[in-house]
Amino acid sequence: MPRIGVFVCWCGSNIGGVLDCPAIAQEAASFPGVVYSTEYKYVCSDPGQKLIVDAVKEHRLERVVVASCSPRLHEETFRQVLRRSGLNPYFFEMANLREHCSWVHPDTTVREQAQRKAVDLVRRAVAKAARLEPLFPGKIPVVRRCLVIGGGIAGIQTALDVADAGLEVLLVEREPTIGGNMVKLDKTFPTLDCSACISTPKMVAVAQHPNIRLYTYAQVEEVTGYIGNFKARIRQKARYVDHSKCNGCGTCWTRCPVTVPDDFNLGLGERGAIYIPFPQAVPNKPVIDLEHCRRSTRGKCGACAKLCPTGAIDYEQKDEFVDVEVGAIIVATGYGLFPWEKVYGEYGYGRFRDVITGLMFERMVNASGPTGGKIQRPSSGKEPKTVVFIQCVGSRDEARGKEYCSRFCCMYTAKHAHQILEKIPGSEVYVFYIDVRTFGKGYEEFYRRVRDEGAVYIRGRVSKVYQDGSKLIVRGADTLLGEQVEIAADMVVLATGAVPAAGAADVARMIGIPQDKDGFFQEAHPKLRPVETHTGGVYLAGTCQGPKDIPDTVSQASGAAAKVCGLLLRDELETNPLVSKVNEALCTGCLACQPVCPYRAIQPVTITERLPGQPPRERVVARVNEGLCQGCGACTVACRAGAIDLKGFTNKQLIAEVDALCL
Amino acid sequence: MSVNESDVVTTAEGAAWEPKIVAFLCNWCSYAGADLAGVSRIKYPANVRIIRVPCSSRVNPQFVFRAFERGADGVLVAGCHPGDCHYVTGNYYTRRRLTLFKRLLEYVGFEPERFIVRWVSASEGQRFAETVKEMVDGLKHLGPQKRVSRV
Repeated sequence: MPRIGVFVCWCGSNIGGVLDCPAIAQEAASFPGVVYSTEYKYVCSDPGQKLIVDAVKEHRLERVVVASCSPRLHEETFRQVLRRSGLNPYFFEMANLREHCSWVHPDTTVREQAQRKAVDLVRRAVAKAARLEPLFPGKIPVVRRCLVIGGGIAGIQTALDVADAGLEVLLVEREPTIGGNMVKLDKTFPTLDCSACISTPKMVAVAQHPNIRLYTYAQVEEVTGYIGNFKARIRQKARYVDHSKCNGCGTCWTRCPVTVPDDFNLGLGERGAIYIPFPQAVPNKPVIDLEHCRRSTRGKCGACAKLCPTGAIDYEQKDEFVDVEVGAIIVATGYGLFPWEKVYGEYGYGRFRDVITGLMFERMVNASGPTGGKIQRPSSGKEPKTVVFIQCVGSRDEARGKEYCSRFCCMYTAKHAHQILEKIPGSEVYVFYIDVRTFGKGYEEFYRRVRDEGAVYIRGRVSKVYQDGSKLIVRGADTLLGEQVEIAADMVVLATGAVPAAGAADVARMIGIPQDKDGFFQEAHPKLRPVETHTGGVYLAGTCQGPKDIPDTVSQASGAAAKVCGLLLRDELETNPLVSKVNEALCTGCLACQPVCPYRAIQPVTITERLPGQPPRERVVARVNEGLCQGCGACTVACRAGAIDLKGFTNKQLIAEVDALCL
Repeated sequence: MSVNESDVVTTAEGAAWEPKIVAFLCNWCSYAGADLAGVSRIKYPANVRIIRVPCSSRVNPQFVFRAFERGADGVLVAGCHPGDCHYVTGNYYTRRRLTLFKRLLEYVGFEPERFIVRWVSASEGQRFAETVKEMVDGLKHLGPQKRVSRV
């Protein structure tokens, strides 16, 4: 029996305020194998760690148990302490007294039960610790290349930062241009600097960067592998324009006879079937929308092919696949808008043309937008004199929308209000709000300025919007005055909340990132690991993780880039030693384990067996590739002969844990 | 299986009897969900003892049976929701294996409330707490497990 040391942590009053830590330590001293047992206020602190190092020396400890918080928080911290103490870092086990005991059983009425539970949890940890084996991580080489999925401002920033560090970057964007949502915006709050002026130079920098390979109009279809060694398959959708020949002269898209509503401008403008999304698009070369192209719908036209001076049009182009190897993946798939038309009948389900979304307003007020920057009613083209803004459309509405706050809507509405008051003399602006949230630097000052400029803020919900002649009547409540309000408006702008981008669930499944209850990607820790995921080598940037404004998005993107650099600038990676192992003496070679493995880590090998007094004979056994195995343990249960075990979670250890808990 | 009234109320020492539940939670979803219940200070009965496994597919039915054999009154296995497994397909195996195992347990006379498989994601602290509450209520009604218990 190895010599075990137990350290019970008070975690200040988090554990110590509920459980009797000295009593736990005292009881633990009687568990089999325990030669030393003590308690301390904060075991994870510097003096707490020293306590372990010293005790290992003084009491010749061979295994260490810390009874404190969740191993998901501090297991790695304490493994490092063991390393410093000269022990194998995997001679360590934790009992979770905080998250699983003191925090959930704080009442004095269940104190005795909680105390008993805590002792049981420590007994379990000691039982496992007694059966721990030394484990040694292997080394694998790292592919020094990073895949960035999504070419919005988050993807752009993160790609530039990684590329500037000297690493190769593959940036994949599904639209024909990079730029994402930010490039659609007109001005950005609170400084009112032009969004295009600050984002288009970055787009150009991406296109020209020697370390960045850009795939637009492309999608990642498949990801396999693991941290440091991923394989990805990129589908380059057919553009029907050979970009190696095209010089972007623009003859084709100005002469295309087809007109379709323009999705970049959210249907406010029109484009041809061959088009670039907007004049500053990167790459500045067109794609053909075959669904609307006259040559494909009616079988004749071909105007673009005839006009193209370089012969770049290729109607027969097919989707192509590119297989790449990367060491890390940054997911920056961004956000979409809450589908308010499906839910909010009181705003007309999208029937009224003069009820528009905030993003549509951005396109309208944008000098490069469909109206050339003129604010006008979509129904008549006339300048609106009275504009009503409605906040929290889809956000903060548990019943029909989302529970969360989308964070940026209060501020963009304030900016819209400012733009209307500035551009339309004599205009009136009303904003219906629940609360105004101005959390960022300079935001509150901006909001106050807009109120001073004359925007009328009404605290309350809108109950109905209806057409009356050429006007939209907005009926709502002013909850501060306790009155009904009715405003005859020319235009209504909805502050639609943010939701995960379309297809986020597919990306999550493909890469293996958990999603939170709203479909945003789940970070590894809400405070301390905000850009990492629980899948090693996969990082998050921007609004795919949750609604964010531009400064926060850019910061997170740079954070993710720093993490990737930290990973890829190493020569080798340590592999996780908690992997499956086949006992070849027991393995019958049935390979029932092989199809169970999601990582194709199990392969048959032929071994030569030499038994005493018998001629050597060959037989097939299963073997686990430790580089591919992720340590789920599904194979261990599938094995009929009981030949596979999972290191760190062995059958022996788990059964000892069960026994210890059922005493 | 009939339940003796006296078993339900007290133990030999006369204290109120409390069921003992062994829970196998996958590291990525359900263990994190139980952590979240802690972080969110969601209270639940102190009858559950948690064993961490990397994936619910690591849970060999043998472990469950061992727990019953050693006197557990109920066993919970929890993993990521189907489709959300950290190891891509692990919980599909869990679902198949343990459905079969649960049927076997019921066939040999275990009440269905004694063995529960539940999907609890990392964001479902509330669901974890409710699952424990529900199990404890069910087990209190059933009384101690004596079918295979050697204790």
